[in-house]
Parts: sequence; structure tokens; C-alpha cells
Amino acid sequence: MDKFRMIFQFLQSNQESFMNGICGIMALASAQMYSAFDFSCPCLPHYNLAYGLGILLVPPFILFLLGFVLNNNISMLAEEWRRPQGQRGKDRAVLRYMFCSMAQRAMIAPAVWVSVTLLDGKCITCAFCTSVPVETLGNANHPSLSQREMKQVLARIPCKEIYDGQELIANEVAIRYLRCISQALGWCFVLLMTTLVFLVRSLRPCFTQAAFLKSRYWSHYIDIERKLFDETCAEHARSFAKVCIQQFFEGMSTDLVAVHCHPPRKAPADAGEATEKLLGITDQGTMNMALKSWHRCKPPLHLHPPALPSGNGWAAEGQPPTHTPVHRRETAAYYSRV
Amino acid sequence: MDCFRMIFQYFQSNSESVMNGICGLLALASVKMYTCFDFSCPCLPQYNMAYGLGIMFVPPIALFLCGLILNRQSLVMLEEWRRPQGHRKKDLAVIRYMCSSIMQRAMVAPVIWIIVTLLDGKCLICAFSSSVDPEKFVGFASTSPVQVQQLLAKVPCKDDELMRNNTSRKAVSRYLRCWSQALGWSILLILTMAAFLTRWLRPCFNQAALLQARHWSNYIDIEQKIFEETCCEHSRLFAHTCILHFFESMQQEIKLHSFSLPREGEGNLLRGITDQDQMNKLLKMWYYEKPPLDVS
Repeated sequence: MDKFRMIFQFLQSNQESFMNGICGIMALASAQMYSAFDFSCPCLPHYNLAYGLGILLVPPFILFLLGFVLNNNISMLAEEWRRPQGQRGKDRAVLRYMFCSMAQRAMIAPAVWVSVTLLDGKCITCAFCTSVPVETLGNANHPSLSQREMKQVLARIPCKEIYDGQELIANEVAIRYLRCISQALGWCFVLLMTTLVFLVRSLRPCFTQAAFLKSRYWSHYIDIERKLFDETCAEHARSFAKVCIQQFFEGMSTDLVAVHCHPPRKAPADAGEATEKLLGITDQGTMNMALKSWHRCKPPLHLHPPALPSGNGWAAEGQPPTHTPVHRRETAAYYSRV
Repeated sequence: MDCFRMIFQYFQSNSESVMNGICGLLALASVKMYTCFDFSCPCLPQYNMAYGLGIMFVPPIALFLCGLILNRQSLVMLEEWRRPQGHRKKDLAVIRYMCSSIMQRAMVAPVIWIIVTLLDGKCLICAFSSSVDPEKFVGFASTSPVQVQQLLAKVPCKDDELMRNNTSRKAVSRYLRCWSQALGWSILLILTMAAFLTRWLRPCFNQAALLQARHWSNYIDIEQKIFEETCCEHSRLFAHTCILHFFESMQQEIKLHSFSLPREGEGNLLRGITDQDQMNKLLKMWYYEKPPLDVS
């Protein structure tokens, strides 16, 4: 009992640290994905904005959803939300706590992506290069360029090797300007996020701490209860399978005795344990029949109570699960149970 | 008893984590395979599309089949599907559950290959460079159609003499890569949303039936494992008994032909075989005349 308690304490502390670990891995993965990703601005007037803002906003959304998908608690939350009330009341505060804790963890990787993108500067440069203020930074009086042509020239600012508007506005000037704005935005975003997290962590204990402790306890409880239930079901399935297979082999050897109509020779006393473990199958033909029967005619999911072996407590604990009833064969079978 | 229970619990939790681990390994292997693969576009008008689309779709099919092969549960599911009904009814919900869980795991590596291919862009540039509208790009607008096709087909090859330092080539390449990456991110977004909605909405529909299907599919898996373990244990004992009988019969034969009695002390372990000739005879008998499979 103590052993189980220690294991479950470990699991419980482990679930939170497990989720924190996943969260950290996703944050690192998002930074790694950004550096592995080959950003190539299309350098065409209408495509730039779509591409730049797409790379800035779509991957964080994907990472946010992934943060929920990878969190095992999401199905637990949905289950707790949708279950019929039955004999156990539902506490909305617990559901809110679970959702908030999942959402907070899921926000970390997107925030990392957005910060890294803004601090790097390529996205903002690509998206807003056509909006650079040519009057202040370059030569707005450059003749013979219609609006459309100017946009086309400006759109090529991120692509240094094909940029042909050096007289209109110098490439380095424009890129430095846009990158400066992008990095300023990036640092403001980082500061904002850090301030929010700080405020949430430091102000929450000032309000509703008791209610918070309660919600946290019961949300952990629901998690542990679900895990224990799954483990108990698995243990039950294992015991059920063992007994089912044992009864299958016993049934096979009983059948064979009935068919062949001769009692098996009495096993010598010292080989008693081995004979019992051989489950009554002592030759190739019998084994082949057992294997064939296992495939062609699996035993029903219905255990016979009196035949359960001593190591297993099921016989004492009530009815076996009901499935198709098996026909008990009334034969006088002699088989040695040493 | 506790000890065995804990070990078996570990095995049970282990089968799902084994499958998840295999799925993750295949995904990593698919990314690694793509980075190691030396993509070289043929840069010829008819071959480009076949090569590009081939590299994009054929390896995912192979990865999908690998995912099915490496998953033990697919055999268990097939057996459950095809077995005769016998005394045990078949539950189609369980088979459906097992099938969907196998398919989901097998689809991860192919999807990752396709997405990495699209985000990288080389396949799409190779496949669709000849299909681009030449009017949009200055360098290709004013040549004859046949020449345009050949030039466009050479766009993926940076080192070709005609294409080196050609700004229009770079423009076409960027344009196609932009579309390829947009497609890649869109597919990733759609799949992530689908996975999110599935996980979120599944408990809202028929949760009890799902719990039952999951329990019985685990049960079938465990039962198969325990059956195999029981058979292994049985065959070990069977072999042991068979060999003991063989040695006893050899011992009797030796007693008949020779007059020396084994000493009592080491006799039991030596089983009456005390010199080289006897051992050689035994070994020859074991090879030429194995005992029958009958220990009754």
C-alpha cells in the first residue's frame, strides 16, 4: 500500500513537471523552427504583406493549438465539463482553473515565436517595406515613377540582389529603419508579456487564495482519480485475461479426455508441479488443436467462478462480467490435479 | 504478487508509450531523411513535374506503410477482424477504435515529410517552374514559347550557365517558394485545428462507448500477450520434460548394454552418461532420431 502511495505521489508531482517539461520543449522547438525556417520574402507588392504577417501570426496560432493538443488534460477537462451530474456535483471553479492552467502553458511557445520573429526583423521588413516613408528617408522627388512602379521598387527592398531603387531610397537605410522598428516592437512585446506574468503571479495570492487552493486540489484529484481508474481497469483486464486463458487450456484438456475416452496415466509424484504447469497438454497434436481452437473459437468473456486459482481474489468478489454464457459440459472426466 | 503486479502495470502502460515512441522516431527519421536526401531537379521540361511530385508523394506512402508494419497493434486488429466468431461475439466498435488509433499514428511521419517538403520549397519549385505565367517576369516575357518552357524548366538549377545570376530566375524561385511555404503552413494549420477539435469534442459525444471500446481493445492486446507468454512457458516445460524423458530412455539403454552402475552421488546430474562414447551416442541419437512430441 505504501509503495502505491509513493508511486502515486510521484506521478502527481510528475504530471505538473511533465507538462512544464513539454512546455519548455515546445518553446525551444519554436525558436529552433524559426532559425531552421528559410524565410524568403517574395518581393512582390501585394504578396509581401500577406507573407510577412502570415509568418508572424500563423505559426504562433499553430503552436498555441499544439500546446492544447499535447496536453493530456484537455480530454479530462472536456469529459468533466460534459459528464452528467449524477451523484457528484460539478464545480465550475475547478473547470476554470484547469482551463486557465492549460491556456497559460500553451501561450509560452507562441510568445517565444513572436518575440524571436520581431527581434530578428525579417518579417516586419518584408511586410512593411512598401510603407517606408520615402519623403523623410530618401529622395521623394525622384522623377518618372508612378505610384505602382514605386511600390514595385520598394517591394524589392528585402531582396538585396535584385533591388534597383538605390537612387530612390538606399537599401541599407530602409532596412535599418524597418529593423529598428521591428526590434522596438519586439522588446516592447517581451516587456509587456513579462509584466503581465509578474502581475498575475504576484497579485493572485492577494485575491481569493483560499478558493484557488481548493480548485487546484480538486483539479489534481480529478486527474489522479482518472489515472487510478485506468490503472485499475488495466489490472483487471490482466487478471481477467490470465484466468480466461487458464480456463481455456483446462477446457481443452477436458474436451480431449472426453473425446479420447481414456484417463491420462498418473504422473509420478516428483513431476507433479511440471505436469500441472503443462496445463494437461502433453503432445504435439493437442497443442496444435489448442492453437487452432484459440484462433477459430476464442473462449467467451465469461469466467467460471469455482475454477479460479488461489492466487487471485476474483472468486470471492462477486459476479464475473456477463457475456455469452458458456455451456457446461456434463461429462465424467478424469484428470489429475496433483 | 505485488512485484509481478507492478511489472505488469509497467508493461501495460508501456505498450502505448512504445507505440508513441515508434511514431515519434519515425517522424524524426522522416525529417532526417529529407535533410540527408540530395534533391537534384532534372531541369528538363517533362521530367520536372514527375520528379518533384514523385519526391513529394512517394516517400510518404513508404513511411505510412512502415508505420503500419512497425505497429504491433495492426496485426492484433487484423486477427480480431478476421477470426471466426466462435463463442465470443465480435464488437465492431472495438475494431473501429483500434483501426483509427493505428491510422492516426501511422499518418504522422508522412504528414511531416509533406510539410517539411513544402516549407523547404524545392519540390514545388522543381515541379511547377514550367507552369508559371512568363508575362509576370521580365526576363521571360519576350521569348518564343518553346524557349520560354525550356528556360523556365531550368529555373531550379542555380548553377546552369544560362541561369547563373539571372534576376528573373530568382524572382520566379521566390514566387514559387512563397506559395509553397504558404501551402505548407496552411496544411499544418488545418491539421492542428482538426487534432484540437477532435481532442476537445470527442468526450462530448458518446464518451461511455469510447471508454468501453478503449478498455476492450487494451484487453485484446493484453490477452494476446499473456497467451504468447503462456505458450512460451508451456513450450519451455514441454521441452524440459521431453529432454528428461530422452535422457532417461538413453540411460535405460546404456544400463542394458553395459554393466557399470553409476555412483549414486553425481549419478542424478550425469544421468547415467559417464564417458565419451556414451555422450557421442546420445548426441547422434538426438540428431538422427529426435524423440516424439509426446510426454504423456
